[in-house]
Amino acid sequence: MEPQKDYVLRMVEERGVRLIRLWFTDVLGQLKSVAISPAELADAFDEGLQFDGSAIDGFSRVQESDVLAVPDAATFELLPWADPDEPSGRIFCDICNPDGTPFAGDPRWVLRRALAKAADRGYTFYAAPEVEFFYFSHGDPNQPLVPVDNASYFDLTTVDVASPLRKRTIGMLEAMGIPVEYSFHEDSPSQHEIDLRYTEALSMADNVMTLRLVVRKLALDRNLHATFMPKPLNGVQGSGMHTHMSLFENDVNAFYDADDRYGLSKTAKSFIAGLLVHAREITAITNQLVNSYKRLGVGDEAPTFVSWARNNRSALVRVPMVKAGKESSTRIEYRALDSAANPYLAFSAVLAAGLKGLEEGYELPAEAATDLYTTSRDEAHATGLLELPMSLSEALDELEASPLMAEVLGEHIHEWFLRNKRAEYSQYRQEVTSFELRRYLNTW
Amino acid sequence: MNDPLLVYPDPPPLELVRTLDLGNWNWKAIGNAQEPEGRWVGAVVVVDDDTEDAFGFCRTLKRRGLDIPVLLLVSGNLLEELEMRDDLFVDFCLTPFHQRELDARLSHLAWRSGTGLRPELIEYGPLVLNVETYQASISGKPLDLTYMEYELLKFLANSPGKVFTRETLLSRVWGYDYFGGARTVDVHVRRLRAKLGEENAGLLTTVRSVGYRFGLSRWEH
Repeated sequence: MEPQKDYVLRMVEERGVRLIRLWFTDVLGQLKSVAISPAELADAFDEGLQFDGSAIDGFSRVQESDVLAVPDAATFELLPWADPDEPSGRIFCDICNPDGTPFAGDPRWVLRRALAKAADRGYTFYAAPEVEFFYFSHGDPNQPLVPVDNASYFDLTTVDVASPLRKRTIGMLEAMGIPVEYSFHEDSPSQHEIDLRYTEALSMADNVMTLRLVVRKLALDRNLHATFMPKPLNGVQGSGMHTHMSLFENDVNAFYDADDRYGLSKTAKSFIAGLLVHAREITAITNQLVNSYKRLGVGDEAPTFVSWARNNRSALVRVPMVKAGKESSTRIEYRALDSAANPYLAFSAVLAAGLKGLEEGYELPAEAATDLYTTSRDEAHATGLLELPMSLSEALDELEASPLMAEVLGEHIHEWFLRNKRAEYSQYRQEVTSFELRRYLNTW
Repeated sequence: MNDPLLVYPDPPPLELVRTLDLGNWNWKAIGNAQEPEGRWVGAVVVVDDDTEDAFGFCRTLKRRGLDIPVLLLVSGNLLEELEMRDDLFVDFCLTPFHQRELDARLSHLAWRSGTGLRPELIEYGPLVLNVETYQASISGKPLDLTYMEYELLKFLANSPGKVFTRETLLSRVWGYDYFGGARTVDVHVRRLRAKLGEENAGLLTTVRSVGYRFGLSRWEH
């Protein structure tokens, strides 16, 4: 849209912006940035900014290394923490091949493609993640981790020293057009949660990337370390990114049906069924670290079994209660996702699994009525419940065997991701852990 | 574009530049009274210790018959210099000046010169939108909006108190063919509220099962 570009160029001029940071995300979900001067922005809009993609994780091989970063004008925001005398802005980019076609290694294209597929069926996909993270007094892996408080869920006390920091973080997110629904102290010491207001999934993935940067940056300003690592502390809850989602057909919530006993449409039921059928295949994407599997499957607000339920927080897919008169907010919540996922790929994966359910008309199995945290494996197996993968290795096997995920991610990312993650797992497997030393050194 | 405001000397003091820019004045600094041609909305002349220089500038302007109303910026210790020079200026302001006072005096100056005022502005309470430059500010602080946020706010603020349905907003601001439905409007209203900040988020009200309204309802005025 040309007026958008003109608007951004004009704003850059009027506000005396000195530096524009072009942001994009690598396959693993790390934010990358290259800064250009305002004079170069118009060219970047028209032709893209060329750079060597072989230096980016999951991008090109060396022999085909040049790619273009093409700024998406709708995403321009001034950085609220920049020096007011030298304003700078950020803009998210799509990555293209030199001939202008979408670059297969760009996660933002993967999500665009998944959303376009939903749009072909008349749907807009909305997402609202609840992002959990920890503050520690340092980020040195060789020192014991020191939480900055010992407060707990919803606590509002003077010991919650991080509250002002969280408040400042929210102020900064809101100044960047990222509305926050709730924020509070979570269960674990020093664990916090910021819930974002729903928006369509591409903006939301951009928002999640922005949030991670803002949280880390503001913590660093106070000499603290913020981490989105899924399970930094033994024995307490890890950091999930429970994500609420809904499909809309224009103005109509496609998940709602007034005539259904649960208020759920056939679309919603097939979508949930799709998530359940493909849950094990998408887990390597929604939970991509070795460490992710220390959070999954051990209770503490994280799911173990492939299951769905209304108002049962132990299930993988939860259908939250909707207040009377608020039927349009009918939604489902996917609870496996963790805070270290690449949001572009993770949103693509859950959307594709749900849409597959619609395409194939999957039937929704019975609701899990019991508390699954106390359910044993044997009990679960007796009732036909599957477990989520228990390790990255198992999740990768499922991902590799999934034609659906090969299609959603595209061959390039599917193949690269498997190769990269297998190497990560192999390194992990070869390392002697403190558990082993504690347990075996004096016994054997 | 409206007629410009003349400013002397060139370059003007930084504080003055800042005030004029914040007030969205279309201004031009001039170093020599022989230079200006055409129509001007008024002039700001800074009187510093070299008083004769400033008054000489005013005198030449007057002699050239351009009929530009002059506002002097003068410090308290030079006030007596104004005596017997009433013919050279129509108003003055003491330095260091108060931004809002100078702004108000300049508006009045522009009004009396009758040559049109500032760029087209939409003003409501603390909110100012400059339709020409796409700038927006709230309580004097710049508000950084994306294109669609700006367009939505401009549309709403053009008719304060009027309730628009989400469908109307979607078709008028985004265009009929926009894919995504009226949820898009809700999402953008939330983003706008977030940027307006807590104290001003109330400028955009949700009218239950109808749509959105900017500013007070017409019945509340």
